[in-house]
Amino acid sequence: MEQPLTKNIRSNAEPLSLKEYEKTGGYQSVRKALAMPPQDVQNIVKASNLRGRGGAGFSTGMKWSFVPMGPDARRPKYFVVNADEMEPGTFKDRLLLEGDPHQLIEGVIVSAYAIEAEQAFIFVRWAYKLAIKRLEQAIKEAYANNYLGKNILGTKYSLDLRIHSSAGRYICGEETALLNALEGKRATPRAKPPFPQVSGLFGKPTIVNNAETVANIPHIINNGPDWFKDLSRSNDGGTKLYGVSGRVKKPAIWELPMGVTVRELIEEHAGGMQDGYAFRGVIPGGASTDFLTSNHLDVKMDYDSVAKAGSRLGTGTMIVLDDKTCPIGFVHNLVKFFARESCGWCTPCRDGLPWLEKILRSIEEGTGQPGDIELLEQHCKLLGPGNTFCALAPGAVEPLQSAIKYFREDFERHLRDKKCPWK
Amino acid sequence: MITIFIDNKPHQVKEGQNLLQACLSLGFDLPYFCWHPAMHSVGACRQCAVKQFKDDKDTRGRIVMSCMTPVAEGLRISINDAEAKAFRSSVVEWLMLNHPHDCPVCDEGGECHLQDMTVMTGHNYRRTRFKKRTHRNQDLGPFINHEMNRCIACYRCVRFYRNYAGGRDFDVFASHDSVYFGRHEDGTLESEFSGNLIEVCPTGVFTDKTLKQHYTRKWDLQTAPSICVHCGLGCNTIPGERYGSLRRILNRYNHEVNGYFLCDRGRFGYEFVNSGRRIRKPLWCETGQKEQKPIEKESALKHISTIIADSKGIIGIGSPRASLEANFALRAFVGPENFYSGMSAQEHKLTSLIIDILQKGPARTPSLHDVETADAVLVLGEDLTNTAPLLDLALRQSVRNRPKELTEKMRIPAWDDNAVRNAAQNAAGPLSIASAAGTKLDDIATRTYHAAPDDIARLGFAVAQELNPKSPGVPNLRDETRKLAQEIAHTLKNARRPLIIAGTSLGSETIIEAAANAAWSLCESGKPAQLCFAVPECNSMGLALMKGKQLEGAVNAIQSGKADTVIVLENDLYRRADETAVDDFLHNAKHIIVLDHAVNPTSSKAEIVFPAGTFAESDGTVVSNEGRSQRFYQVLDPNHDIQESWKWIGAIIKTLGRAPAAAWDNFDEITKSMTTALPVLKPVQDIAPSADFTISGQKIPRQPHRYSGRTSMLANVNLHEPKPPADPDSPLSFSMEGYESPPPAPLISRYWSPGWNSVQALNKFQQEVGGPLTGGDPGKRLIEASGKEAASWRLNVPSGFTPKDGEWLIVPIHHIFGSEELSMLSQAIVGRAQKPFIALNSGDAERLNVSDGEMMEIALAGKKYRFGAKIKPELPVGTAGLYAGLSLFPVFGTIYAKLSKV
Amino acid sequence: MLTDLEKQEIDTELSRVATKASASVDALNIVQRHRGWVSDEALKDVASMLDMTADELDAVATFYSFIFRRPVGRHVILVCDSISCYVMGYNPLLDVIKSRLGIAFGETTEDKRFTLLPISCLGACDRAPAMMVDEDLYGPVTAEMMEEILEQYK
Ligand SMILES: Cc1cc2nc3c(=O)[nH]c(=O)nc-3n(C[C@H](O)[C@H](O)[C@H](O)COP(=O)(O)O)c2cc1C
Ligand code: SF4
Ligand code: FES
Repeated sequence: MEQPLTKNIRSNAEPLSLKEYEKTGGYQSVRKALAMPPQDVQNIVKASNLRGRGGAGFSTGMKWSFVPMGPDARRPKYFVVNADEMEPGTFKDRLLLEGDPHQLIEGVIVSAYAIEAEQAFIFVRWAYKLAIKRLEQAIKEAYANNYLGKNILGTKYSLDLRIHSSAGRYICGEETALLNALEGKRATPRAKPPFPQVSGLFGKPTIVNNAETVANIPHIINNGPDWFKDLSRSNDGGTKLYGVSGRVKKPAIWELPMGVTVRELIEEHAGGMQDGYAFRGVIPGGASTDFLTSNHLDVKMDYDSVAKAGSRLGTGTMIVLDDKTCPIGFVHNLVKFFARESCGWCTPCRDGLPWLEKILRSIEEGTGQPGDIELLEQHCKLLGPGNTFCALAPGAVEPLQSAIKYFREDFERHLRDKKCPWK
Repeated sequence: MITIFIDNKPHQVKEGQNLLQACLSLGFDLPYFCWHPAMHSVGACRQCAVKQFKDDKDTRGRIVMSCMTPVAEGLRISINDAEAKAFRSSVVEWLMLNHPHDCPVCDEGGECHLQDMTVMTGHNYRRTRFKKRTHRNQDLGPFINHEMNRCIACYRCVRFYRNYAGGRDFDVFASHDSVYFGRHEDGTLESEFSGNLIEVCPTGVFTDKTLKQHYTRKWDLQTAPSICVHCGLGCNTIPGERYGSLRRILNRYNHEVNGYFLCDRGRFGYEFVNSGRRIRKPLWCETGQKEQKPIEKESALKHISTIIADSKGIIGIGSPRASLEANFALRAFVGPENFYSGMSAQEHKLTSLIIDILQKGPARTPSLHDVETADAVLVLGEDLTNTAPLLDLALRQSVRNRPKELTEKMRIPAWDDNAVRNAAQNAAGPLSIASAAGTKLDDIATRTYHAAPDDIARLGFAVAQELNPKSPGVPNLRDETRKLAQEIAHTLKNARRPLIIAGTSLGSETIIEAAANAAWSLCESGKPAQLCFAVPECNSMGLALMKGKQLEGAVNAIQSGKADTVIVLENDLYRRADETAVDDFLHNAKHIIVLDHAVNPTSSKAEIVFPAGTFAESDGTVVSNEGRSQRFYQVLDPNHDIQESWKWIGAIIKTLGRAPAAAWDNFDEITKSMTTALPVLKPVQDIAPSADFTISGQKIPRQPHRYSGRTSMLANVNLHEPKPPADPDSPLSFSMEGYESPPPAPLISRYWSPGWNSVQALNKFQQEVGGPLTGGDPGKRLIEASGKEAASWRLNVPSGFTPKDGEWLIVPIHHIFGSEELSMLSQAIVGRAQKPFIALNSGDAERLNVSDGEMMEIALAGKKYRFGAKIKPELPVGTAGLYAGLSLFPVFGTIYAKLSKV
Repeated sequence: MLTDLEKQEIDTELSRVATKASASVDALNIVQRHRGWVSDEALKDVASMLDMTADELDAVATFYSFIFRRPVGRHVILVCDSISCYVMGYNPLLDVIKSRLGIAFGETTEDKRFTLLPISCLGACDRAPAMMVDEDLYGPVTAEMMEEILEQYK
């Protein structure tokens, strides 16, 4: 089984230095790509069926193709790596940042070249101190070896790469809010259209891609789109970083072919449930995805299959709900997070989520009232996609709506008994 | 026009707008909060949701925000869709989760957009059982009260204050449901436009602190259309009265003039109407006595008959702060040959020059709205923020026009406000400003130049010459100034709607002439250049059009004995000439008669004083800097002898039994006499309907139909409800009875429409939302460009300024709060006024050995005055900036003075 | 007054950015690194370096969770309160901290040694429950380990 993204990652050890990285074939894709016209790089990525790993699963090549190219394009253009990773339950990008920073930098160079960007940023989450340190070190090495800077490897292409670490806010991960954060502003999202490809950072054409997405780029260039597609067990190309956390025996991240099943992940890779704990459900792709239950264990973890099962692949990092954890407490914790992380721009999210949070807390504390469940249900619709300014609030109600669907009996029991059965 | 379908019915709408605007223009009641017609869409509140369908087969549709949806041919939407309605009502429910139910004690109650929208969406019952979050309020200074708990986070305040008005001491803090709108710490809001927060905020977070001193609900205010008297721009206002005192000023929309906004001087200066210094009864100073005593109207008129009989000749001194009618009445009484304009010598010269330039030259004078559409601007010699505040606001919009060309190309709709701003970033301009001291607008200017008035004029002449070599050249121009002139000329030449702005505030003729040449140069090359002049007072232009004589002549007439009686109309002469000169003049006159509304140094010297009405107690017409004649109406019936000056003069004429040619009984009659006598004022007749105008046989009520307590308001005097005062002068009535639906635009005294109690009801009065008022915007322009292409160049190019040894050229420095006479009788404005000062360049200060704040002495016209020093490094060497607008101490024309440290 | 070192570091940031304001968060982070938090006075000094008003900079500073606008202790304990750590039991950990230090979320010990704050998912879900003290990440943390961890921070 090929594991291109993680093959150099030695758990709990220092990442490869530039020299070591080069020895494993590192930075070859830069030589290769810079010898092609940027459009060709775009076409290869498009052909690979790489879908963005940031959660929405949009085709990466397609996204790039909306960037105005050529001498008339407004400049400078920007390429931004989204390594904000603040979605609860998600810890995949950190592995790449800490474990193999050069791979990411290599991906940045090729991607930035593909859209003719002259400036790139890696937006790293504030709390990822170690990742920042390692990336800084690796960037320094890359500059010293002319993979970055002026006239990279003697070509006409120049690229400046900087790290930006913000000061903590989940919404910074939303790509347009991230642009505001990079401009030193309050990180509230921007309306789309205009899309960042046309009017992004400082109003200039900009691409934002997830760190895992970018890490795939060098391998696609090196090995070709067909190789990449073949890595996958589904229509979406490549491998995927999957993670499991919760009461499983071995919580961790693994690089696996796109399309492994929920069961494989939990039972094989994570070693099954901890002793004394039984499986009740799972949110498959980070905090903002709908629950899947034991009926869904054979669902393939790719974008379309998970969607068909009524949830989203999201970030591919799942959190398991066990039988000793109150499902209301579980979603209460999630909704509390989203309410706290609302940017405060639009009404339904800013004011609606705190209300939901209070209702859930009240139910959990045994002071829920008749009608609360219906109120929650209404809100799951009211805060749906399109009704709020960005996708934060719709994401926030996904686990809630499915929790009511699958664990309604638990909600009702709280109301009936006026207490939490788990307490 | 394109067709869209709303609830399956076709409607014609204008292309390029957003759906919310289109629906509102069509008359639909669609709720909204964050959208504002002048500030456009940001999609934050989610209140304006509608259902959009793909085609006529789509029955599910999806919810979209109408404010963020462009209209398009064939677009199908539903406003009445159940899901859309439920969503809109939920938005209000969310907003109300934390909103206090304090409407009974909230100043916004009864005119609250949030109340209206709550009712409109049908959200009636509170379902939440949890505690509300609370905030701490801030002290924001004398104008604005802050009550953050009422905030619904629509972001309008911060968007107005920062994005629209350029203020930088107000912002939004924190995040999620603790977002907080205010200042980083307590303190007075610095923006000159802060008062608009009151109207921009859809609820009671920002309310009028001056109204709070004498609070009255909207439905208990008697209101009438009015014009601001605090500068020359003629912003339209709605003053409100109760129990004989003026309670507040609200904006009155005029698409061509002030649009949605007012400056703080205009909004909060009104309290001079209630001032303790008001003259409420005629005053008489018996010969040989020192003190003036109140007397009855009849005796005052008798005394004046005696005086007139005794006098050897009468002269009349008019006033640029009095109406056309008041000035005309005086002119008719004393005869045109004895009528003096009452402006200072220099002011008279400058305003006459401006009239001449605008009437004879090819450049058009723009309305404030036109200014907003300019795409390259040169300002010569004006600190607009302080001399003509709304021009500052208009320029802040105009500098966005160029960058918007780019965003248009990127296909970002102009109403997608944040997208436009993000794409354009901070791009602005071109705006070039030449001024003596720095101005607030310098921050957004692309080029600034600080110089003495003559050098500013030279720059202007040089720009003109760069634009058109036929215009006179500027000898001995420094290379860098030449280069600057070339750059400025370049920006103007490349513009589609170039604009030159100058004005009277530095007292310089040559600046005005240079501006004319620059605009004309552009006109000659086929550009539709506009030429805008800031003038000092609300009727400076009107008075200049009447062509009264210069004040100097009045002095001569009295000195030579040709006349011995002076009638001064609403004018404090001590603001027109220096103290000694006015003292002499008044000393030499045998009889001094004054008509004015508040005690001032001139009125104190009068033998008889007649209590004149302020704008709030008068009907009249004033002419703005644009040459727009506009009508203001009596807001209240003064319960005293106070009446319009023109009525007083009419009464005097009647008492004297003089020729009926100049007699008039009501407003329409005086207007008729005036426009007959002065053909230039002819259009004034058509500004507004005459007094006999009615709709369905009804007058237009000044009181709203819910006006409360009227039967008991005077119960302490008489149990019977008095008959409302008659109003022979206008189609408005002092009553709540009358025609309630929108009247013709000039008669709009409040915005109200069923379901719309807040100022947002204005939507129902416009042809299209954000556009002209139904039936056209009020006011008639009296000045149009000559239509000639060729200009007769102004040749008066001054030589450059050279500092004198030991003497400083005095340049007036205007302040929005402090330099204007009437507003300084208002407590709130006084609270914002600066202490008078003398400003110096750092080098000059060093030479005089003074530092900031130290006392300085200035010798002027034989007298000495003391002020604190203020260092302004950008002031040209050899000039001293003197706080303008001090009574007894006017700064006008070229004055040199000696300065010393105390 | 900012120290020379702070100013120098901010200047370095400024030399790298397209607009001064885009260094706002970096500059605040620099000050916070040196002083633990950003006082009003420091905020004003930074604002003037960035050609911003204090209001503008504070609007940014207060948006982000980890620009501290109030004093914090010498060490900041950030306990992850997000979902994986919830499942794995961060609450018992909090109880330990509470009884050991006598502080709840948002509070600082009297001796100014520790401030306790919640933090959203630390991206250490495989090591839940996780926490960070200053820049050091710990996980999975057990009640027994807590004493030892806290002992390292004086
Ligand atoms: C509230 C919110 C938070 C997000 N956080 C992240 C994040 O931390 N990292 C990320 O890569 N994408 C995040 N996204 C998705 C991004 O907006 C964007 O779609 C993604 O970075 C695009 O990268 P991709 O095309 O490579 O997937 C978030 C989206 C939302 C709505
Ligand atoms: S849904 Fe609205 S309030 Fe929530 S994060 Fe997005 S824009 Fe901000
Ligand atoms: S008015 Fe449309 S979202 Fe606020």
